[in-house]
Amino acid sequence: MSLFSSKDLKQLTNPLNLENPVTVQILGICSALAVTVQVEPAVVMSISVTAVTAFSNLIISLLRNTIPSRIRIIVQLVVIAALVIIVDQILKAYNYEVSKQLSVFVGLIITNCILMGRLEAFALGNKPWPSFLDGLGNGAGYSMILIMVAIVREFFGSGSIWGIKLIPQAFYDMGYVNNGIIILPPMALILLGIIIWVQRIRTKELMEA
Amino acid sequence: MNTNSNLYTFIYASVLVILVAAGLAFTAIQLKPLQDKNIRIEKMSNILSSANIESNAQDAEEKFKQYITSSYAVNTKGEKLEGVDAFTIDMVKVGKAIGKIAELGESKEAESLKAELQLPVFECTKEGQMFVIFPLRGKGLWGPIWGYISLESDYNTIFGASFDHKGETPGLGAEISTKEFQAQFVGKKIYEGEDLVSITVHKGSAKAAGDLNHGVDGISGGTITSKALEAMVRDCLHGYESFLTIKKSETAKTE
Repeated sequence: MSLFSSKDLKQLTNPLNLENPVTVQILGICSALAVTVQVEPAVVMSISVTAVTAFSNLIISLLRNTIPSRIRIIVQLVVIAALVIIVDQILKAYNYEVSKQLSVFVGLIITNCILMGRLEAFALGNKPWPSFLDGLGNGAGYSMILIMVAIVREFFGSGSIWGIKLIPQAFYDMGYVNNGIIILPPMALILLGIIIWVQRIRTKELMEA
Repeated sequence: MNTNSNLYTFIYASVLVILVAAGLAFTAIQLKPLQDKNIRIEKMSNILSSANIESNAQDAEEKFKQYITSSYAVNTKGEKLEGVDAFTIDMVKVGKAIGKIAELGESKEAESLKAELQLPVFECTKEGQMFVIFPLRGKGLWGPIWGYISLESDYNTIFGASFDHKGETPGLGAEISTKEFQAQFVGKKIYEGEDLVSITVHKGSAKAAGDLNHGVDGISGGTITSKALEAMVRDCLHGYESFLTIKKSETAKTE
């Protein structure tokens, strides 16, 4: 397959584990705390962030030889902001319910460090196709963590996943109570910490001597 | 070409900004009708849901026509205003004015604000019963919160309520828009004797506070939103106080 050379493929899969933007590079933590109370908004957020990283990487990579280096950060910001606003507008038109739930956090994708990080580190120095894949990969790496955290938080915090009740009413009748603390932002941070810990135990490359 | 010259930088920045602006303006204009439709349908659906009528994006408009038998605006003296379309009254302004009035207390300024208020009333008929629906609007923790509340024909018992918000914390304050929270309002009374006491949102449970007639449970972790909601319901209902008094005496006469 010429479309995916092994190097390209690495660009796509590396961010899932070894170079995961959230757990290894510790970027984009804020939104991982904010939108992971329920799974559905987390998934929509993931798709939005992935789309924005992929396309901003693509656009910046296409422009990379023309951008004046003194204003390159501003150029990147303009591209990201424009894409985020488009995503926001599309959500408002086609998925009004979830866009209401995500509220300000869609707009805050602009400040997600993963975006600027990838643009600076990758898109400015690489061809469009690998850049696009890199964006997709990083978006996917971010999404993976976001959704993992959201599943745990919604299950223990609200007893449901994707709004579907999973803990039977009988449990509640017997005195089971949803865990309120897991809904609060600090718990997302603790969960994230646990994920990072598990990942480091399991991955030799990430172990620090 | 020297991409670092001043001229190039200026031209580059200008062209980029103009292109992006044009692109965004185009997207916004293209999507605007869809977004406005969503907002209008949501409003109808919210009004209906406060009278416990389920509707979705497809049938909201039709059901609205079917159930909402009349809509009009009143002033704070309870008089009907002619020539005002209740559906298009800007609740943002009304909410601001109501908040201001509550803040000012009894003063000249508050009186003049009150005189200008136009409050929408929706009358809904469902299975032979008549309800009045009032829109509510107030300040939440992060942004505006709003909703609708429907009263039974005794103008005292709450038949249903629906609330929504702009940006309350998901999972915490945002829970005011859930069915579970709203269901608590059903059957509560807004009057204690002759006094309009409205609804109290209790931290913890209303049961523990011994306030089953006028109290609902607050949201754990969402106390500020809960309290803001309480203030919104109270302040907005007070705007309708004269209207309610007139209506109540009318019903008393007919009985």
